[in-house]
Amino acid sequence: MKQHVELRNHPAELHKFRFRLSISAGFVLILLLILYARFYYLQVIQQEHYYTLAEANRIFISPLVPNRGLIYDRNGRILAQNYSAYTLEVVPSQIKDLEATLNELAEIIEITPTDRQRFKKLLKESKRFKSLPVRNRLTDEEIATFAVNRYRFPGVEIKARVLRQYPEKEIVSHIIGYISRINDQDLDQLERNGELHNYRGSQHIGKIGIEQSYEKQLHGITGFEEVETDAAGRSIRVLSRTSPIPGNNLILSLDLGLQEAAEKAFGERRGALVALDPNNGEVLAFVSKPGYDNNLFIGGIDQENWNLLNGSIDRPLNNRALRGVYPPGSTFKPFMALAALELGKRTPEYSMSDPGFFSLPGVDRRYRDWKPGGHGRVDLHKSLVVSCDTYYYSLANDLGIDNIHSFIGQFGLGKRTGIDIEGEVAGLLPSSAWKMSQYKQKWYAGDTISVSIGQGYNLATPLQLAFATMIIANNGKAYAPRLVKQIQNSQTGEVEDIPARMLYSVYMKPKNLEVVKNALVDVTRPGGTAAKAGANAAYTFAGKTGTSQVIAIKQGERYNEKAINERHRDHAMFIAYAPAENPKIALAVLVENTGTGGSTAAPIARQVFDYFLLGKPAEAAVAQLTEPAAEHDHDHGHL
Amino acid sequence: MIEIKKIWHILTRYIDSFLLIGILALMAVGLVVLYSATGANIARVSNQAVNMLVALFIMWLVANIPLQQIMRLALPMYALGLILLIGVALFGEINNGARRWLNIGVTRIQPSELMKIAIPLMMAWYFDKHETALRLRDYLGATVLLLLPVLLILRQPDLGTAILIAASGFYVLFLAGLSWRIIAGLAVTVAGSLPVLWTVMHDYQRRRIITLLDPSQDPLGAGYHTIQSSIAIGSGGVTGKGWQNGTQTQLDFLPEQSTDFIFAVFSEEFGLMGNTVLLLLYLLVIGRCLVITANASTQFTRLIAGSITLTFCTYIFVNMGMVSGILPIVGVPLPLISYGGTSMVTMLLGFGILMSIQTHPKLVKT
Repeated sequence: MKQHVELRNHPAELHKFRFRLSISAGFVLILLLILYARFYYLQVIQQEHYYTLAEANRIFISPLVPNRGLIYDRNGRILAQNYSAYTLEVVPSQIKDLEATLNELAEIIEITPTDRQRFKKLLKESKRFKSLPVRNRLTDEEIATFAVNRYRFPGVEIKARVLRQYPEKEIVSHIIGYISRINDQDLDQLERNGELHNYRGSQHIGKIGIEQSYEKQLHGITGFEEVETDAAGRSIRVLSRTSPIPGNNLILSLDLGLQEAAEKAFGERRGALVALDPNNGEVLAFVSKPGYDNNLFIGGIDQENWNLLNGSIDRPLNNRALRGVYPPGSTFKPFMALAALELGKRTPEYSMSDPGFFSLPGVDRRYRDWKPGGHGRVDLHKSLVVSCDTYYYSLANDLGIDNIHSFIGQFGLGKRTGIDIEGEVAGLLPSSAWKMSQYKQKWYAGDTISVSIGQGYNLATPLQLAFATMIIANNGKAYAPRLVKQIQNSQTGEVEDIPARMLYSVYMKPKNLEVVKNALVDVTRPGGTAAKAGANAAYTFAGKTGTSQVIAIKQGERYNEKAINERHRDHAMFIAYAPAENPKIALAVLVENTGTGGSTAAPIARQVFDYFLLGKPAEAAVAQLTEPAAEHDHDHGHL
Repeated sequence: MIEIKKIWHILTRYIDSFLLIGILALMAVGLVVLYSATGANIARVSNQAVNMLVALFIMWLVANIPLQQIMRLALPMYALGLILLIGVALFGEINNGARRWLNIGVTRIQPSELMKIAIPLMMAWYFDKHETALRLRDYLGATVLLLLPVLLILRQPDLGTAILIAASGFYVLFLAGLSWRIIAGLAVTVAGSLPVLWTVMHDYQRRRIITLLDPSQDPLGAGYHTIQSSIAIGSGGVTGKGWQNGTQTQLDFLPEQSTDFIFAVFSEEFGLMGNTVLLLLYLLVIGRCLVITANASTQFTRLIAGSITLTFCTYIFVNMGMVSGILPIVGVPLPLISYGGTSMVTMLLGFGILMSIQTHPKLVKT
């Protein structure tokens, strides 16, 4: 390094430095002495004063937990409520032998092994001075028994708590979600948001669904009570009190009756259904089958039930409507048809001859239609009514993937719709740029062929399909889907409407829309793929069937439903709206592993419409094991 | 045997055992207090033990790097820190009304933490470059280097960190021989600008200062911390209430007991006797650091060692001062004791540099 420099001024410089360092050291010493003097003052001179204060520090600021807001459906039917119950609680630090105390307690009050497991788990997670519940919902008899024996159990108390309950359980579990005990992550999050003070005393927080996304509204504002306590921490009297402000009530746009009708129509089948009001984006029904009993999570779920839910092959915890991605299958075709008309690649009058397959120019490979031999002459109207694949194969080649991506992207596919619960996934509407960034491969013309019938890279959630259907139904208005319609102020009782939020509008020529919409109505009429479901309807309804492929079929093979494992069978899809001339409801239905949209998904839509428009009660619409359907809508020829 | 000796040699070659013992003793105290402060939460204690091991490993790594190498890092580290701070100002995440964190995709970082080391390094490097003839404009240049990040951190706003970083830079200026006249001038300016500072302060910062002067003004809000921690310390008396027996701690009267206010827990449970031992341990570490500083051979090593040592003292004084009610409450942890990984790593990184200075062959013998 700079040895010569160092040597030149070294002694003087070092001397100066050490002088400064000594001054600093002296300064540090003085500061430490000041600290020590302060400690001496506090701990020796004032010790008695502070000791008294600490002993008298029995004026406990005890938080008053606000009642959580209630959740109703649009007709005022209750979906989440509170009830007061007596719980048996233990303060671990005040008990010498916890195990023995629990055993003694078990002699007078029933404590199940599940209760014990849950208590042990709580014990590990909590501080020793916190009061922890051993048993919830004590009966009057149990309370009386304990009162008589109370002297035997110091540190054990019966407390009145307000607990949460979800009366509808499975039916709305995927919408409401649940609250559960606050854990370390929640605490960190609250601290970061500066809300920790409002959760002193709160034991629960919304973890998923509406309970999570509307936590701020539902929780309310914690109140405080200044309580004087004795040396053991028992309260003697209340000195002052600031009442808590209960959380606000939520009124959902959901129609519980409709939700029940849809549930019923599904029977035991797995799947999802999302129904929106095309006039404002309100979610009318939001089904993901199977559901789960969300009450199980409130006090902390026990291991046995957790394993049952989490390990189930039916995946009841998976919110299929929000997070399940499926190839949209032929339900993609109406959007393709609109793209063709709007971008001038097809006219309604244009027709082609369908030999039952399509080949790219100069390539031998055949992309086959689901119908061997083809549909004969096909124009745009017929292509939708009979769900002709070949028409879309050739159209795809003329449109090109990037046109498809940008036009159909307007219907919300491949993007989050922005519904007011968290965890939504975006699905995928592929483009050449996407493939390049994802796979470092260029886009091939053959890729577009599969995309055109909703297969290939295409992935959409049932919510997205309902959103896209809504945009056709209302002629281009993209309303943000929302579950919460109104918020009721807990103090004033005033109900505040949450206005519909139109995200953007999609411009389409009215005559083009009319062509496609007319074809969609004919889908549900004789000759259409959903003719059976449309038979004798008291209103006109428009729809499009689809089949979403679960496993790939090799070139030259045919799909044989009977030979395939039930879980590998195709998913049935159906998108629809009604009444066709003035839509009041738009929906997407997905039924897992049942085969074709026309035979299994469309009847569910019919039931839902019948209930919603006519008030007709629903019945199970799907047979448990579906027979191969008469109307076929298989899109397998392309692989 | 020879193998073991060899490994032992490699492990300890660049470690200053005097300093290490002091650090380990303080860490041990930290774990014991933390156990009580968290209500016997083993998970938290072991988490902290892991933090300590990681920090010790980083200290060992740094101690093994010769100072010339560390010196080369000064400029890049400072530049990176400055860029990240600008990034925070532009795209930082807002939490609690302050913008301190930067989300870089994989994780969130707090660039002001990096600056705690980068500032003294950069300024020491700067003076080392200009050592032939230190003139007023050299000091001015160094001041600009210091003020840029400090102002950015003040804007976040994070008064505590800004003050500590400003202090660490001022120590370099002072040790580099900033003239007394300027220091006096600075003191006057600071005193004169206090009223101005008051007007630009955020509400919560003003509240903390008012509360310091009279905690009873706001016993349930800002004054609560000070009142409860003073009660904890005072009621501990000479001998303390005994481990895990502090009522202030265990009945949750004390706020933030495992982080910034952990000293109140210690003080309540171990009393003045405990405080004496703790201060002596700190003095031991400080003393050793001062010796290392005094013996450092180059301008760069002297300045960096001096700044690290004095900053360490500042942490201790500010934390204990605020907990015992003679300083306003700023978010400063008690070094080596408070719960938290980041400050632990920063602290031991500094000690690693000191060890490297002490144990690597000196270029210029005195």
